[in-house]
Amino acid sequence: MTIDRNTATDDRPIAVNVTNLHKHYGQLEVLKGVSLCARKGDVVSMIGSSGSGKSTFLRCINFLEMPSGGSIAVAGEQVKLEQKRGQTKPVDRRQLERVRTRLGMVFQGFNLWQHMTVLENLIEAPVHVLGVGKAEATERAEALLNRVGLYNKRGQYPAFLSGGQQQRVAIARALCMEPEVMLFDEPTSALDPELVSEVLKVIRSLAEEGRTMILVTHEMKFAREVSSHVIYLYKGVVEEEGNPQQVFGSPSSERCRQFVSAKGSAERV
Amino acid sequence: MFLDGYGSLMLGGTWTTIKLGLLSMAVALIIGLIGASAKLSRSRPLRAIATAYTTLIRSVPDLVLMLLLFYSLQILLNRLTDWMSVEQIDIDPFAAGIATLSFIYGAYFTETFRAAFLAVPRGQMEAAVAHGMGAWLAFRRILFPQMMRFALPGIANNWQVLIKATALVSIIGLNDLLQATQDAGKASMQFFYFSVICAFIYLAITTISNGALILMERRYSIGFRRG
Repeated sequence: MTIDRNTATDDRPIAVNVTNLHKHYGQLEVLKGVSLCARKGDVVSMIGSSGSGKSTFLRCINFLEMPSGGSIAVAGEQVKLEQKRGQTKPVDRRQLERVRTRLGMVFQGFNLWQHMTVLENLIEAPVHVLGVGKAEATERAEALLNRVGLYNKRGQYPAFLSGGQQQRVAIARALCMEPEVMLFDEPTSALDPELVSEVLKVIRSLAEEGRTMILVTHEMKFAREVSSHVIYLYKGVVEEEGNPQQVFGSPSSERCRQFVSAKGSAERV
Repeated sequence: MFLDGYGSLMLGGTWTTIKLGLLSMAVALIIGLIGASAKLSRSRPLRAIATAYTTLIRSVPDLVLMLLLFYSLQILLNRLTDWMSVEQIDIDPFAAGIATLSFIYGAYFTETFRAAFLAVPRGQMEAAVAHGMGAWLAFRRILFPQMMRFALPGIANNWQVLIKATALVSIIGLNDLLQATQDAGKASMQFFYFSVICAFIYLAITTISNGALILMERRYSIGFRRG
């Protein structure tokens, strides 16, 4: 099924709308006007070589990096920003924090809280940020741990888990906030090759249940299979975008064609 | 008895030393946390003040600082009371002792905490922020508990130095353990005997507190593999 994204017939609500995003560090321009619109249920993959700005773009969506220009709206709510002494700052910290709770972030390096057990990692933010009762949060967390196959590790500390297990816990931790959109920042790049598939399996199951996701990845085959939309970023600009068949099958940009074919042959080895 | 009737004097001195040590420690820890936050803050003036504080304090002997702070504070206060033509206020030596010791050791704790904060991987705070935590919540729930693991060895070390430095307050007229020892020694003509007892009491205090700190280190190392 291919969804034509830009027609008026698509009446699914817009989950994330990024318009003309710019980001520079001093003189270095990392993003030069990147836009993205993800409707509910979309799986958008961002691909591109290292330094193309795709991770920075993802980190801007939940303001781990402050964008230098452009606008970001999550579930219709636009985050208000202002310029102060050449730096972008949120007008209202509370609003920013509220918007962040709707975005589930999964990091390349897992970033599980080391001093808490797996279960404590999951219930920490729901209890202390959202104000969910401990019993309810625990119930929710245990169901999610069951789903990622780690229920029996709930009392364990992260340092005693494998990388793949830690990343599955991190995904469950993000899901425990019941976010509207999941953001994945190269979720399998730090993993040993034999652990990649267990994490991809979890992400795939999320895509299949219709979750809205934005995924930065180097896994081309995976991106082709799960995405509804693919964006190829080159030096901070969208060089190619469209449905996976377009981007991977018949890209109009020569650079994109070279990138996906080089990546594709590397993965087949 | 083996303390020749000076038991209560020595006990009183020990108690003063312990009280002084613990209270100075508590205040110094707070100063250290504030100092470390200032040193790590984005504000240039704050960083400069904190750096001046730690550099200055750590490069001047404790004894010099103690004399300087204790006597100069009194003189300043006298001038102030003269100027306002009110009665002279004498600084309580015990409060002055705490103020001086915590001001000095706050500088050392600033450095301990600064290093410990930097040792916590960045991703820990990023994950907290990404889950919608505000600055205070993230500090309390994520940064502080993990920072303590790195800070505790330094805290233990500073505590040991601090408890010994309390002996300096005898010069500003506090009846601490050292003062009691000297009084008892002079009065009984058994100076060596009481000095040995004094040394053993300090040894007991540090040994017991080391035990407590080892327990705390264990508590804050939960979840980390011994490497």
